[in-house]
Amino acid sequence: MIPGMLSIRYEAPATIADAVKLIQADPDAKILAGGTDLLVQFRAGVRTPSAFVDVKRIPDLVGIAIDRDGLRLGAAVCAAAIAEQAEVRRIWPGLAEAVHLIGSTQIQGRGTVGGNLCNASPAADTTCALLVNGAVCVIAGPNGERTVPVDAFVVGPGQTVLARGELLVAIRVPRPAPRTADAYLRLIPRSEMDIAVVGAAASVTLDAGGTCTAVRVAIGAVAPTARLVPAAAQALVGTKLDESALGAAANAASAAAKPIDDKRGTAAYRRQVAGVLVRRAVKIAAARAENR
Amino acid sequence: MKLHIETTINGEPTEFLCDGHETLLSALRNGLGLTGTKEGCATGDCGACSVLLDGRLVPACLVLAPEAQGRSVTTIEGLATGDALHPIQRVFLEDAALQCGICTPGFIIAAKALLDANPNPTEEQARFWLAGNLCRCTGYDKIIRAVLDAAAVMNEGAAV
Amino acid sequence: MSERTFDVVGTRPVRHDGVDKVTGRAAYGADANWPGMLHGALLRSPHAHARIVSIDTSAAEAMPGVKAVLVGAELPDTNASISLGEAAIELRDMSHSMLARTKVVYHGQAVAAVAATTLDIAKEAASKIVVTYDVLRPVLTVDEALAPGAPILHDDLVTKGAAIGPKTNTNLAARYEFKRGDLDAGFDAADVVVEREFRTPTVHQGYIEPHACIARCGEDGRAVVWATTQGPFVVRDASAAIAGLDPAHVKVVPSEIGGGFGGKIVVYLEPIALALSRKAHRPVKMVMTRDEVFRATGPTSGTKTHVKIGAKRDGTIVAAKVSLWYEAGAFRGSPVGAGAMCALAPYRIPNFFIEAHDVVVNKPKVAAYRAPGSPMAMFAVESVVDELARELKMDPIDLRLKNAVDEGDQAAYGPKFGPIGLKTLLRAAKTHPHWSAPLGPNQGRGFALGFWFNGGMNSAATVTLGADGSAAVVTGNPDIGGTRAAQAMMVAEELGIDVDRVRPSVGDTDTAGYTDVTGGSRVCFATGMAVINAAAEVREELKRRAAKIWNVSPDAVAWEKGRVIPPTGAKETKSGADAQPMSVAQVAAKMTHTGGPIVGRASLYAPMAGPGFGGHICDVEVDPETGRSRIVRYTALQDVGKAVHPSYVEGQMQGGAAQGIGWALNEEYVYNRDGVMENAGFLDYRMPVASDLPFIDTVIIEVANPLHPYGVRGVGEVPIVPPLGAVANAMRSATGVRFTQLPMSPPRVLEHIAAREAVAVGA
Repeated sequence: MIPGMLSIRYEAPATIADAVKLIQADPDAKILAGGTDLLVQFRAGVRTPSAFVDVKRIPDLVGIAIDRDGLRLGAAVCAAAIAEQAEVRRIWPGLAEAVHLIGSTQIQGRGTVGGNLCNASPAADTTCALLVNGAVCVIAGPNGERTVPVDAFVVGPGQTVLARGELLVAIRVPRPAPRTADAYLRLIPRSEMDIAVVGAAASVTLDAGGTCTAVRVAIGAVAPTARLVPAAAQALVGTKLDESALGAAANAASAAAKPIDDKRGTAAYRRQVAGVLVRRAVKIAAARAENR
Repeated sequence: MKLHIETTINGEPTEFLCDGHETLLSALRNGLGLTGTKEGCATGDCGACSVLLDGRLVPACLVLAPEAQGRSVTTIEGLATGDALHPIQRVFLEDAALQCGICTPGFIIAAKALLDANPNPTEEQARFWLAGNLCRCTGYDKIIRAVLDAAAVMNEGAAV
Repeated sequence: MSERTFDVVGTRPVRHDGVDKVTGRAAYGADANWPGMLHGALLRSPHAHARIVSIDTSAAEAMPGVKAVLVGAELPDTNASISLGEAAIELRDMSHSMLARTKVVYHGQAVAAVAATTLDIAKEAASKIVVTYDVLRPVLTVDEALAPGAPILHDDLVTKGAAIGPKTNTNLAARYEFKRGDLDAGFDAADVVVEREFRTPTVHQGYIEPHACIARCGEDGRAVVWATTQGPFVVRDASAAIAGLDPAHVKVVPSEIGGGFGGKIVVYLEPIALALSRKAHRPVKMVMTRDEVFRATGPTSGTKTHVKIGAKRDGTIVAAKVSLWYEAGAFRGSPVGAGAMCALAPYRIPNFFIEAHDVVVNKPKVAAYRAPGSPMAMFAVESVVDELARELKMDPIDLRLKNAVDEGDQAAYGPKFGPIGLKTLLRAAKTHPHWSAPLGPNQGRGFALGFWFNGGMNSAATVTLGADGSAAVVTGNPDIGGTRAAQAMMVAEELGIDVDRVRPSVGDTDTAGYTDVTGGSRVCFATGMAVINAAAEVREELKRRAAKIWNVSPDAVAWEKGRVIPPTGAKETKSGADAQPMSVAQVAAKMTHTGGPIVGRASLYAPMAGPGFGGHICDVEVDPETGRSRIVRYTALQDVGKAVHPSYVEGQMQGGAAQGIGWALNEEYVYNRDGVMENAGFLDYRMPVASDLPFIDTVIIEVANPLHPYGVRGVGEVPIVPPLGAVANAMRSATGVRFTQLPMSPPRVLEHIAAREAVAVGA
């Protein structure tokens, strides 16, 4: 072995316990799901792991199951496989949209929701959709399994609550209540391929008369983390989603945004468009809820 | 110490040695001499390295070579059978859907994946499916026409 | 000549190199591997502007697996210059840009090179080279570079041309003036004057294949280079001069090329690979990463332009003033001169003044990009002409028709025009269904012209006949767009044989006659002429052989569609029977006994090719709440003289349009304050993808170029010029905002729409 030369291991554990053992023993070993973030960072010299721990051979992490309670999505299921699930598209159309928007068809063949969450980019498409659906992260570690709601999982750009030896194994998404539907929109300059400049998700519940009885709104790529906007929700609950309510929600979203200027957009632009997208996402979610 | 990988490439059982951090793209091009799959960016943004992994369209630059263990890989070299070009290859030629040709293998693989999943795509569906394949020479016009023509040819063949 | 009918030219045969390309067999630069090969890697400057104080390569040299290390001081200094297609470049600048000597002048400039047994080792070794810098402030725009007290990139730079003010201690590399008539009088006579300032960003050619080469310096000092390039002879001559070899001992073999657009006329890796190979006594392969391609290969100039045009009420343009400032990058030589020459080319203007400034800034040295210099200048002029049409309440095409140049007019850039298709094109655009189709909500339509002179230059060709009557044609031009197919078609046309039985190939610098680069839209035109002439020589030889067989004078032998025809009463010499017409194959079969092999050769220097005009119609739809736009319909019209293979002519028009659309809407180099590019990848350098564009309709106009036997004009470069203006004019129509800064990306569009609404509300 040449001293100092790259000697990065590749491991492919067959069980969660094996994976936990590996990363517990070696904190520089990195979990490899689709590699669409990790391998790009590795190539750029930003992250040099001691080992790639490929979790795609662990059955629990690559399964999709829907039951009475909702969806259990293995953390390492690729986006394309999720988008192919007609039931997911039917019950959580916004989540399916968000998943389907992660990059190109090729990236979809690799990128995973788990990886998207754990990479914790402020612009991650799926985080907003998971937030408005009240999703929960299932984490395995040396002390067994624990769950953390998605809105507590990501704590900063590139930072999650995962401790040493822990990995994300699944995401649980509860079934929406009756007359409830979600939607996700994002703004990119081209028609495909770009990282979101602004993202917005909404989950809307309507009563029989068309009044909004519950709602969650989330914005992405306009703050260090994707986040729920309670003030926007408050502006909408109890209303029939008229122009004035939508306008108030849009303003609340713009106010909640804490964006930066970067190569993808200006702060002013992001604040403005956050409001526009929230308004549009709420309308789409409401139209879907009407048809349920 | 290199890893010994046993896989199937274009229907043939194949083995190769690779480093743990080596990409599938590198293993194909350097280890196996299969240079039809190209490197345009190494970040998954250009589609020139498109291959099928267990039938799924992926960028080989973002797959580690050891991941191919026990799986099947399809590259551009595997599309023709004997001396018969795949209909997509033939239609690309007839429709003049290439200029410099560097993006062509990636497009043909991606188009195959599209038509496997959706034998009768609309223009819009074809454009969005292929948005991950960059071409700088053609403006995509003749490529999209070729993909839609290939769909028609293949459906005709299937109907008969 | 315009009455000539063709049998092969104008048809659409499948290209000869096509099967190799659709099966992945075609070998591009990075696809070759040679026995004993080493891998080269470069250490690049982390600073945009700095003096190099010291370089310590000892740690790299000590690494196992490292076979050679090279720094700039080891390369000779050369004062030679070389013709690069449409411009000449000082090799000293190319050499310094490729591998720094005492200073670094752009972020990413190479300062050292390593050859090692694996790429990983080479990269690791390069990272162990210790360089100490004395960091200087960079200048990143023309304004910064020309401001008083600005840091100076090159102490020895002296302004060329008509400078105003001091010519030394400056970043102004050149200033040129072009004038006609009396500008002040012209503007005095104008009824309407429109004046605007424009800015365009640094953009890259965006070829999908990164630069790649393998070089081997042998035991006898002779070298072979395999490279992806638009100009194998440039690679030979420039590499030899820069690496300190005799070009007589260097052979360059061009690979297939994965896009160039002018960016692969410059040499970046080959001299370094040669020098490393010479040190290591083994072949050295070097392949750029995409990151390196963006940071360290020539994009084209970011620009500032100022345009003022005056016209009479009836639309006659009476005066124009154009001021151009183009960024050259870190070494002199932007295409501002060509920009100045193209800016007003479509118009008959009696009074004009054009000033062109070439300015060095701390960015990579610019390289040619498809009609270099023209898109930026014509974007500005075509935007102002559009505004003029609005002020005059004239249809934008009518305004252009009123002032369009025609045969016999003196071009703004000097020569008199021969037959040109500008007016034909304008009339075709006006009557095209696109021009009068209804527009939907939030949609707008724009039209703009484009122009490029198109090059001629040096070309050579050989056509060899087989005894079976098939032919091979060899030229020295790498095939970027389908020129091998076109050349085979020309041979088939001239000899009356099947295009399938012609084998076109690209030779290397030993087997092909000297030829200038694949560029300048000249291969089909100039190299094509050499091919036609070489085939004609074969045809004449066939007639001479027939004359021998029939014992008649060669002048008495006629030629008709691939057959030699005997004069009446002629007899076969051997048998005495009546002479019958013979096919090419029949004559060729007898070559051994009639004089030996039949080979036709031609070489020529062609003057400027037929100038080309293009005009594009663009419909755009803008989302007024987000500033996001999409192209909903696009039509490209162009006078191509004669389309040899119409599919590939259409392809050039569509590809150029797509690049121009990207330039107009989303492409730009984003730099931070330290001169570091922030978007050096395809994710954030946003080129159009398939879902960004509709089908691009094409209208081929053929006004024959009298300088070419078939009427061919150059076609490849013109189509990138109209889109910038066409898209901007469409955006003006859709939003009411005149965008003077590119790209018209969503944040910029929304900001301007909002500002306009604020003004409207305030008013």
